Amino acid sequence: MRALRAQLIAEVTMTLRRGETLLLTLGIPLILLVFFSQIKIVSTQGSRPVDLVTPGILALAVMSTSMVSLGIATGFERGYGVLKRLGATPLGRSRLLTAKIASVAAIEVLQAAVIVPVGLLLGWNPSGGVLGAAGAAGACVAGSIAFGGIGLAMAGRLRAEVNLAAANGLYLILLLLGGMVVPLSVLPVGIRTVAELLPAAALSSSLHDSLGPIDGYPACWIVLVVWMVIAPVIAVRAFRFEGD
Amino acid sequence: MDVAISIKGLVVRHGSLTAVDHVDLEVRPGEVFALLGPNGAGKTTMVETLEGYRSPDEGMVRVLGLDPVADHVELVPSIGVMLQHGGVYPVMTPAQALRLYAAYYDDPVPASELIESLSLSEVAATPWRRLSGGEQQRVSLALALIGRPSVLFLDEPTAGVDLHGRLAIRSIIAEQARAGVTVLVTTHEMAEAEAVAQRVAILHRGRLARVGTMEELTGGGVRFTAPHGLDTTSLGSALGVAVHEDSPGHYRIDAETSPQLVGSLGGWLAEKGATLGELRSGATLEDTYSAIVGEAAYEPAPEPRPTRSRRRSER
Repeated sequence: MRALRAQLIAEVTMTLRRGETLLLTLGIPLILLVFFSQIKIVSTQGSRPVDLVTPGILALAVMSTSMVSLGIATGFERGYGVLKRLGATPLGRSRLLTAKIASVAAIEVLQAAVIVPVGLLLGWNPSGGVLGAAGAAGACVAGSIAFGGIGLAMAGRLRAEVNLAAANGLYLILLLLGGMVVPLSVLPVGIRTVAELLPAAALSSSLHDSLGPIDGYPACWIVLVVWMVIAPVIAVRAFRFEGD
Repeated sequence: MDVAISIKGLVVRHGSLTAVDHVDLEVRPGEVFALLGPNGAGKTTMVETLEGYRSPDEGMVRVLGLDPVADHVELVPSIGVMLQHGGVYPVMTPAQALRLYAAYYDDPVPASELIESLSLSEVAATPWRRLSGGEQQRVSLALALIGRPSVLFLDEPTAGVDLHGRLAIRSIIAEQARAGVTVLVTTHEMAEAEAVAQRVAILHRGRLARVGTMEELTGGGVRFTAPHGLDTTSLGSALGVAVHEDSPGHYRIDAETSPQLVGSLGGWLAEKGATLGELRSGATLEDTYSAIVGEAAYEPAPEPRPTRSRRRSER
């Protein structure tokens, strides 16, 4: 337990010390939240922009931390031989991964603790009550597992700098196609169909389903659960602790 | 326990390449044992198999009587591992890294003690990525020692380390051996093997070419240096004994030194217009090594280059 606690503290501390990670996990979500809640650029289907954008920004925060931040950091640690070396200590790989998962959860709680109050200050009026909040929490857990699996699959297979570029590229694509700041309804039908199969759209729609003001597309929860199951399986199969 | 490390019929393959080829070896408790060989000889693969990173394709390895893969959880608290490069979070200072590693073990060496004994006090608060190569190696060694291991695996521990750092690392290795710790050092530097090891194994192309104490691996014959490509058959006929060119310009005569031999050698060389360089009785470890690995011994070891990912992250 002492080893796990020490590793968790180290993981969280290193994450919070990385300027680019803070920008990615807190800076960009907050900028987008403030911008898109104040300026109506795209159709919000009759809803107030802040009500539509805040759940989407929560989805973005989950994706930033569990896929991009975790994936990039893990990729570089693999390249540096850190993971390899830790594999020959009593910490072991299982506790290392547990610490990483707990670290992602801790950062996401911090993100929620910042984003939710800012959204409320901007006038966000979440609906759904306690049940909606529970649904949102469940969606965030499922999304974290799905995105964490994707991030680790890439980190465990790609060279560190290729992984860096791939994770950032995927982040941008999923941001645009994920219904986070641009509603899925404004996407062309073909692109929308593809987007609805992706974990980003599934997560943001599930959060909209839970917190309002619009309903998610019918299969969003199913798609999210499928990603939650298959992404970790892919990660386990693809991940290598050694090499660059 | 009579044997700390036991290897029997070990074969490890990387695809179609056989990196370790039917190696048998035993290392005794408290012994400092050097695995010597050129780059690509299979040293790191062999050690990584002992550390549990790889499974043998054939044969069996045991460390402290345990299977490094099957009994990994039981084994790791008793071993200390120093990788050839890296292995430490670049943003962490030596003090932070040592404190973190200390938390993994039940009875760690105090971080302050290791910082002092490895002369890291001045850089204890400097991030790893800003340390010199020698300082990084010393931190890496400190991390290997923090769990009070019974067996230490040191992969090229003095690579890129200056003389002061080398002496410090050698002193630590000797101290560990006195305390009963088994130390397996891999190196391609003969001076390092001679300085630290009680026994040396020379690994070449995955096979164990020679194993023995320093005395067993050296001595015998006459050695001399002269221009590369002398007619050793002709010289052998003139001397009445066999002559070998073990590596370019390095010759070995299968005979004991005598005034007649030296005179005949000098005369033959003068006749051929060849200059005699060094002449000595007996072999050094370098002679033995050169005789085994041939020209490979003269290839300069490539300097470790930082990977692009490392360079990028260090910005």
